[in-house]
Amino acid sequence: MRKDVLIAGFGGQGVLLAGNLLSYAAIDEGKNVSYFPAYGVEKRGGSATCTVVIADGAVGSPVVGQPSVLVVLNQASLERFGARVRPGGILIVNSSLVDVSALGRSDINVVPVAMNDIATDLGDPRMVNMVALGAYVALTDAVQLPSLVAALSQALPERNHRFIPANVKAIETGAEAAMAKKEA
Amino acid sequence: MSKRLFVKGNEAAAMGAVEAGCRYYFGYPITPQSDIPEYLSRELPGLNGEFIQAESEIGAINMLLGASATGARAMTSSSSPGISLKQEGISYMAGAELPGVIINISRSGPGLGGIDASQSDYFQSVKGGGHGGYHIPVLAPNSVQEMYDLTMHAFDLADLYRTPVMLLGDSVIGQMKEALIANPRPVRELPAKGWAVRGKGGAEQRVVKSLFLGDGELEAHNWRLHAKYQVMKEKECISEEYETADARLIVTGFGSVSRIAHTAVTMARAEGMKVGLFRPVTLFPFPEQALAQAAARAGKVLVVELNTGQMVEDVRLSVGAAAQVAFYGRPPGAGSLPSPEELLEVIRKNYEGSAR
Repeated sequence: MRKDVLIAGFGGQGVLLAGNLLSYAAIDEGKNVSYFPAYGVEKRGGSATCTVVIADGAVGSPVVGQPSVLVVLNQASLERFGARVRPGGILIVNSSLVDVSALGRSDINVVPVAMNDIATDLGDPRMVNMVALGAYVALTDAVQLPSLVAALSQALPERNHRFIPANVKAIETGAEAAMAKKEA
Repeated sequence: MSKRLFVKGNEAAAMGAVEAGCRYYFGYPITPQSDIPEYLSRELPGLNGEFIQAESEIGAINMLLGASATGARAMTSSSSPGISLKQEGISYMAGAELPGVIINISRSGPGLGGIDASQSDYFQSVKGGGHGGYHIPVLAPNSVQEMYDLTMHAFDLADLYRTPVMLLGDSVIGQMKEALIANPRPVRELPAKGWAVRGKGGAEQRVVKSLFLGDGELEAHNWRLHAKYQVMKEKECISEEYETADARLIVTGFGSVSRIAHTAVTMARAEGMKVGLFRPVTLFPFPEQALAQAAARAGKVLVVELNTGQMVEDVRLSVGAAAQVAFYGRPPGAGSLPSPEELLEVIRKNYEGSAR
């Protein structure tokens, strides 16, 4: 088993935290993982991406040219990476902010999830990354949902542990939303 | 088995240094290696050690020289332009035969260049970056685990051969996070530091220096250093091979690019091409013999580097006429990292030309 995902958005959307959380969960499941971040010098804004590879055997390249799954949180990331998704792969897109109509790819499975709307409904738009991650895990089984929930205490600094219940809810809601789209 | 941690490459190197008994760090911050001083500034004071943010890289390397002269395990780290500034000190340490570990999480150059992953410091690292014709062992980790393990190994080599040792990585290796098993430092028999200057205390005077003015003294010193390098070449080469046994094409590269090549080789195998990967772990001493053997079996070697061609020269010297040598380089710059798919394409082209 070797799974790779590129998560991309703008700085401040929690892309790196999402990648970290996924990696912690995979490590707790005994898998091999590489997490490779790339981001601008800005604290907010600019581009933020991370590539996570999860494997039973050797991870190999932490750099992925054609990800099997791309999660895009903003329009710029779709334009930059949309063409790169491996044929037959999955594009999970934050349809609250991103318009995929001009993408022109019929060879991949596009799953729109209104991540910002869902996160806002749950009380905080900043949980958009958790909604995205829930959707990713539901669609790919890269890790088990309970592993992701259990890893929150490792990925978040202690001062933010009080937000764990809300984040769990965001992960679960993202997962449900993605499954509903998949079945639709 | 101890717990699998999830840490950055830079942090793993700092953890390896602490586990190796390093208690003194001198450095000056620079991206993409500042996690190393950050970690050590937090940890060393509590371990009865000392962390000093020096006034400059030149200050830091000379503090390392001083600490090392007392026999203590000590290190510095920086990135390419900072490492250039340290070259004078490294030359003095090599001349005075002082141990010490220098980590270069390199940027791209020349000059101020950029912060992207690059391997343009190969020549500087392995060919004696400072003046005077010396060599130092250079280790090239390609994983977070190796950042930890090879840092510990670097301290042992430094003490074993009384030499500075360099760890050469880039932003991929330094910034990437992977699982780490923080194993205890391996037990290795090391020579006593009978040369260390710690205050005479009534004993015989000891002098640590790189100045040799006596008749024939410097020549003898140089021959002795040369002999030391020959022993390193004999005993300290490390390399790793993947799918090389029946390969008709050997891909070779070090550090970050070897990880990308590993996946490209796996993809090539899936297409039925007999391709293998040879990875030098020590860049000095260069694993000449192991590479020569693998290359002679295959008949062709493809060198992949994140520069316009440096290690390829050592590859050519190693394999001689026994194999054809091809080169694929990606000079530094944003977006310059090749993907496994791109390397696969390069492998395809080179494989067609090598089928016997």
